[in-house]
Amino acid sequence: MSNFFYSSYLIFQREILSYFSTPIAYVFIAIFLLLSSLFTFYLGNFFELGQANLSSFFEWHPWLYLFLIPSVTMRLWAEEKKTGTIELITTLPISSSSIVIGKFFASWVFSSIALLLSFPLWITVNYLGEPDNGVILASYIGSILMAGAYLSIGSCISALTNNQVIAFVVAATISFLFTVSGLPIVLDFFSTWSGQILTDTIASFSFLTNYSDITRGLIDLRSLIYFITLICLFLYTNILIITNVRD
Amino acid sequence: MQQMIKIKSLCKSFGSFSAVNNITFDLNKGDILGFLGPNGAGKTTTMRMLTGFLKPSSGDVIINNRNMKDNPEICKSFIGYVPEGAPLYEEMTAIDFLKFTAKIRKIRKENLEKTLENVINLLNLKKILFKKIDTLSKGFKRRVGLAQAIIHNPEILILDEPTDGLDPNQKNEVRSLIRKLGKEKAIIISTHILEEVNAICNRAMIISDGRLLLDDKPNEILKKSTSYKSIYIAIEEKNSFDLKNEILNKKISKDVSVRNNQCVIKTNNSKSVKSNLDEFIKKNKFTLKHYSIGKGSLEEVFRRLTSDE
Ligand SMILES: Nc1ncnc2c1ncn2[C@@H]1O[C@H](COP(=O)(O)OP(=O)(O)O)[C@@H](O)[C@H]1O
Ligand SMILES: [Mg+2]
Repeated sequence: MSNFFYSSYLIFQREILSYFSTPIAYVFIAIFLLLSSLFTFYLGNFFELGQANLSSFFEWHPWLYLFLIPSVTMRLWAEEKKTGTIELITTLPISSSSIVIGKFFASWVFSSIALLLSFPLWITVNYLGEPDNGVILASYIGSILMAGAYLSIGSCISALTNNQVIAFVVAATISFLFTVSGLPIVLDFFSTWSGQILTDTIASFSFLTNYSDITRGLIDLRSLIYFITLICLFLYTNILIITNVRD
Repeated sequence: MQQMIKIKSLCKSFGSFSAVNNITFDLNKGDILGFLGPNGAGKTTTMRMLTGFLKPSSGDVIINNRNMKDNPEICKSFIGYVPEGAPLYEEMTAIDFLKFTAKIRKIRKENLEKTLENVINLLNLKKILFKKIDTLSKGFKRRVGLAQAIIHNPEILILDEPTDGLDPNQKNEVRSLIRKLGKEKAIIISTHILEEVNAICNRAMIISDGRLLLDDKPNEILKKSTSYKSIYIAIEEKNSFDLKNEILNKKISKDVSVRNNQCVIKTNNSKSVKSNLDEFIKKNKFTLKHYSIGKGSLEEVFRRLTSDE
């Protein structure tokens, strides 16, 4: 078991190092911060609302992650398959699961760093007024968890192809479905021909529904379990793919 | 002799296409096996199953008495592998990459420095240690690829076309390294360059269409060549066509041809042909312009076995 953690840690370390040794990392962080501030100030009416909180910042995260996260994960496995390094890494004396876990956590920590670099916003609202910092903390936790879910989807899809563009498009599509399943339009569509139970089930599988609960400061155990289960499910599938599909 | 690898009835199909078909062999410590075959023969696929990258459709890979199927991690720890094209994490520096491999290979902290120093010296990597791999020349990249494969001093070394794409000097460097390593390891190198086998291997296999056609020592394989022990002769007194006719008339050999103004006499390894010929030359007091005995050609055996008809 300690072997497992040690190998995962080495994989994690190598991945993190490689994020920051290419311009991708800096471009990603810059774009994330730029877009999230843009959305917050222009679309989110941060100033007009006149409230000292960050809800207009957090509410856009699902839509940002929708395409930004697949751009992080698309290379995760597809690139290894393309360049052949997957043959190096999978013939080392470590388990496939430690590679999957190591890579996933590296991408998660990387995304979280990008998110946490938005701290000047948090300082600003505290300077302007007296926000509920508990809600803000919960929102950060919710956003990180949701990012993890998007990352696990992207990682799993990336393992199926050696083409990064395909990995991006498919992961973004699946992420889109998981996101919008909570929107009123979608739910109305289902409720016209199916029962309330199905509609509720679909809504409860939505990133939007689960995430907005958390950002209102309501850390519901169900939402936490939802995101964590989803992450585990996709990572487990990812492990199965890496162990069995090499042809 | 210590048995390192045992392969039993190994098969691999991709869909309905059979890439490796029922290959069986053993490999012992000290063996340097040249894995020969035309492109698409199934060399890479076989090596991928040996290293645990691909799962066989059927058959077993036994590494150091353990089945790859049941103990992949232990089996992999005995192997060093340079995959086809020697892929590397190009965004890393050479030293970071080697450190990463060493740690994953469970080399202890107190030995890390020394281990790294050893491979760095062995492969002359000192100059490029802190450069990113994607900026290195092909020759240096290949050396880094070899370095990661031998860093844990593995008992088994599997090299898929390790000299492919290198210039002649770099090829020689890689070959002499393999020869140096060969004594206390079991090594498999795949190649389609036949001179390579003569240069480094003490055993050779020819595979084609996924089947094992031949498994022997290189000098034994040479004996299967039709030109093995053929006599190449030219004399001052006659042109080679007349000489050929006379040899046929005197029934010294039934198989004589002319190439490069020399008579090529097939002996099928029989001593009487040579002694009859020598006597014939002596009796007629011919002056020899050329006289040599064929060493056989691996290439000819290879072509004969692997060509389509
Ligand atoms: N993943 C794969 N899917 C389908 N066919 C494959 C795959 N890998 C190899 N092959 C086929 O198997 C045959 C053997 O390939 P390979 O082992 O690479 O040959 P070699 O290394 O001897 O050139 C080739 O015809 C190749 O096209
Ligand atoms: Mg090959």
